[in-house]
Amino acid sequence: MTALTRSGHPDGDDTQLRPVPWRRMAGVTWRQHRYPLAGVAVLLGGLAVWLWIIGRPLHRAWTAAAACHPAAASACQALIGSFNAAATSNVMSDKGPGGVLLQVLPALIGAFAGAPVLAREMEAGTFRYAWTQGFGRWRWALAKLVLLAVALAALTAAFGVLVSWYFQPYGGPQDLYRNSSFGDLFSLREVTFPAWTLAAFTIGVLAGMLIRRVVPAIAATLTASAGLAVATAGLLREHYLTPLVTSNPAPPSTLWIISQWWTRDGRFVFGSPPFSLINQFCSAPPPGRSKNPPFGTFAQCLAPHGYTQWTSYQPPSRFWPFQWIEGGWLLALSVLLIAAAIWLVRRRAA
Amino acid sequence: MNVVETSGLGKRYGGTWALRECTLAIPAGRVTALVGPNGAGKSTLLNLAVGLSVPSAGEVTVLGGRPAGSPAALDAIAFVAQDTPLYKNLTAADMIYVTRSLNRRFDQDYARARLAELGIPPKRKAGQLSGGQQAQLALTLALARRPRLLILDEPVAMLDPIARHDFMATVVAASAGGVSVLLSSHVLTELERVASYLILVARGRVRLAGYVDDLLAAHGQASLEELALAHLRETTPEVTR
Repeated sequence: MTALTRSGHPDGDDTQLRPVPWRRMAGVTWRQHRYPLAGVAVLLGGLAVWLWIIGRPLHRAWTAAAACHPAAASACQALIGSFNAAATSNVMSDKGPGGVLLQVLPALIGAFAGAPVLAREMEAGTFRYAWTQGFGRWRWALAKLVLLAVALAALTAAFGVLVSWYFQPYGGPQDLYRNSSFGDLFSLREVTFPAWTLAAFTIGVLAGMLIRRVVPAIAATLTASAGLAVATAGLLREHYLTPLVTSNPAPPSTLWIISQWWTRDGRFVFGSPPFSLINQFCSAPPPGRSKNPPFGTFAQCLAPHGYTQWTSYQPPSRFWPFQWIEGGWLLALSVLLIAAAIWLVRRRAA
Repeated sequence: MNVVETSGLGKRYGGTWALRECTLAIPAGRVTALVGPNGAGKSTLLNLAVGLSVPSAGEVTVLGGRPAGSPAALDAIAFVAQDTPLYKNLTAADMIYVTRSLNRRFDQDYARARLAELGIPPKRKAGQLSGGQQAQLALTLALARRPRLLILDEPVAMLDPIARHDFMATVVAASAGGVSVLLSSHVLTELERVASYLILVARGRVRLAGYVDDLLAAHGQASLEELALAHLRETTPEVTR
């Protein structure tokens, strides 16, 4: 039997212990979590290739249309037309199949990479091993969670850059395709995608520590992350900065329109004009207009009768401020959730 | 020096005291057996000693006054929990790497030599090892940390007789090498030849604590098992019915 070669326990340095170096957790974290991390990398890598393949024709059409002079020439109009055709049949919009697929990514990554981190330790009892090693339990939790969070943020930020590249033609020259830059996949850009992934990851970590079982923790994380994303997109995002207001009867389509209402003699009359009023004043289309007028022309035909259309909107220039605001509060939330998880690790009784 | 000292130590889960009014001084340099029926409070006491849980009452220190669970305590105590939890999807070699990384001291040569001796393939995942091999791997990792105190919670409960014998042989060898050992068990037979200090707990209280030789002489019993049984019968009347 192999003898324990004890050169005597070094008693002298016991009182002033140097903690085990933080960097040692890098190898430990990698060995324990390489499969989920590799899974996320393979998933995002595959999607990146796909985005690149469908994005290149769009970019070629855009470059050709934008380089064409003069824009009014019929050859240029044809190029612009073909670009618009490619752009409007976009599978990556919020409602397109690609967009729907991508929008569940943060919740999925958070649930499958985040929820098991602590839940599996609790479920399998291995926390009794991990928390009695010399490294110390809260340091162990902090190092592991920060390393995983940084790795996931780096992977998703790289993917977010690609998403922004894909959408580059949409925010292009004014005479090309017009669309609100807020419209599509706002939460999957290089700032918001890592932020949403971090938030979902930390929700998963905390859910795992509270529920202490892997599968229920994954389910709870999916629910909570999806709920937060839906609430943010539907209720919260438009309020990041106070919307601007215009009475322009035909606001450009590059604006993110929050709401519209009508006034007469300086008083609110309705949110949208009733059919009776439209029939009365707008039944005869103005000369040179199609029979089904876009919304702006209601404003034009109702204006002579004292009605004013007001539009509250977020201008395209606020795209990046909104990205950073969303990224900022999600990062703050993530830090808070990680702190809560570590606090639970510290006080959790076996 | 005492390896574990408690005074008035108690732990309550909800409204139930799992352990109370526990005052002990476990001497260094020995194998100490913590004996009692299932649910007596053995695991509770060990979890308090390694700092996994926090006392509801009283206090516990280890290795001459270090607070349980403090960095200095964690550094010098190796703990093998009940059912020897290991990361099932990591290989034996990975478990060595992880344990070495998480501690200031780790005798890697010892760990590797022990695995070879035990016939545990380093590339085999921990979850694919037999119960006896998993227990031996956990014990090897603990001993390679070169602890001053080794704490084992029901280490042999799940093992077959041969694995049990081999495991205890390793513990005895470690003890001979100067490691203090504290182990709990509800099976008395394998402690007979090993333990020189005994703590008997039942229903959350310490019933008996002392050197085995002294206890045997004082109570006129021939063996540890008889001594323990006699005291358990006294303190748990339902057993005699």
